[in-house]
Amino acid sequence: MVLEMNNIKKSFGENEILKDISLKVDKGEVVSIIGPSGSGKSTLLRCATFLEKINGGTVKYMDEVIADTDANGKVTYGDKETMKRARGYFGLVFQQFNLFPHYSVFKNCAEAPAIIQGRDKDEIKESVTKILEKMGLGERADFYPCQLSGGQQQRVAIARALAMKPEILFFDEPTSALDPELTGEVLKVIKQLAEEDMTMVIVTHEMPFAKAVSDRVIFMDEGYIVEEGTPEEVFDNPQMERTKQFLKNYQNGQY
Amino acid sequence: MTLATMLTTMGEGMLRTCLIFVLTLVGSLPLGMIVALLRQSKSKLVSGVIKVYISIMRGTPLMLQLLAWYFGPYYLFKMQIRDWRFPAIIIGFVLNYAAYFAEIYRGGIESMPVGQYEAAQVLGYTKSQTFMRIILPQVVKRILPSVTNEVITLVKDTSLAFTLAYQEVFSIAKQISASQTSFTPFLIAGVFYFIANYVVAYGMERIEKAFDYYK
Repeated sequence: MVLEMNNIKKSFGENEILKDISLKVDKGEVVSIIGPSGSGKSTLLRCATFLEKINGGTVKYMDEVIADTDANGKVTYGDKETMKRARGYFGLVFQQFNLFPHYSVFKNCAEAPAIIQGRDKDEIKESVTKILEKMGLGERADFYPCQLSGGQQQRVAIARALAMKPEILFFDEPTSALDPELTGEVLKVIKQLAEEDMTMVIVTHEMPFAKAVSDRVIFMDEGYIVEEGTPEEVFDNPQMERTKQFLKNYQNGQY
Repeated sequence: MTLATMLTTMGEGMLRTCLIFVLTLVGSLPLGMIVALLRQSKSKLVSGVIKVYISIMRGTPLMLQLLAWYFGPYYLFKMQIRDWRFPAIIIGFVLNYAAYFAEIYRGGIESMPVGQYEAAQVLGYTKSQTFMRIILPQVVKRILPSVTNEVITLVKDTSLAFTLAYQEVFSIAKQISASQTSFTPFLIAGVFYFIANYVVAYGMERIEKAFDYYK
């Protein structure tokens, strides 16, 4: 297992966002998480990437326990070295890109491999150039983010995550901040990654895309996983009433 | 007194004014950053002390602060320090300007979107790497216009050293004007301050331009 999250609980004050979530992701698997706003999808990704601390449950990467809860309900995270290793396993693509505006496209991708992973400069250059070409940004290495369209910026963000050679890539609504026109180019590169058996977890509102690209679809609502299965099972033959209602609303254009 | 002698006498004062200006910036620009970071300290005591310091520095006249630094050691502790005038002036200016710069820095740091911190954290940047490489360079760009304002004010504020009878350009202008019953020294001083600020504004504009390569 690349990622294993068990019985994850997360609250903000009184507000319980994740009630009891378990999620396993195998190598090469593409998992899409769908569901209404406020259902906890993004929070789940933020817990998986340690941007939020869980209040209960366990998180494992590559079968190594990173965060655990003892019998008294106390959550402990691994030490500094463990966290550093764990962060090396994943990459995260944000809804708002969060590129570093003062760095060129190349430096956005190349700095972390150099200063965090201590990799060889020439090797980084070769690897980043290759990734940028794959993202259709071969000509844009010396540009700054402000000179690029939203779709290009998001592809740089994907390239930046890939440059770290992660085991698993998380996408937090990667196209929600984009014009419909630019959505396609980002979805295309994600699809391409899926074909190359990149392990990915994608939170998205793009249902046709989720259906096409995923091995498994998870429907979340109010902090629970309501339904989980192959795209065909969840989209074409949903079992739960809540899922049916959500998909119907979606088709009627309410989401 | 000929204009040439006037200019030579005042020239020395101009140099002393420049000395106050440069030493104040060299001291207060970095000190302000330390103050800004300490103000965000998790320790209530540290951030509390810093807040009191900032509010005193901003809440009382700089002229009063200079007098306090100069006369304080004697009146309060009966200490007589040799050649204390110049150090007192520099301490007064540096501590006062550091407080203002600290607030400018803080505003800049707080204006940074949280996404920058999160992106760096996910990539594995340590806290200090995130600050030095990602946050600080962007903060500098954001605060340049406010810093320019403050630096221009400093050029003019150096004349407050007059209070401690320090022979900077304004003090000398006043003396010559009184002894020669002439308005010219004030005119020269005015032109001097104006040109100094013109140079400052031009220099800062160049620096701002250098940061124009990104938004």
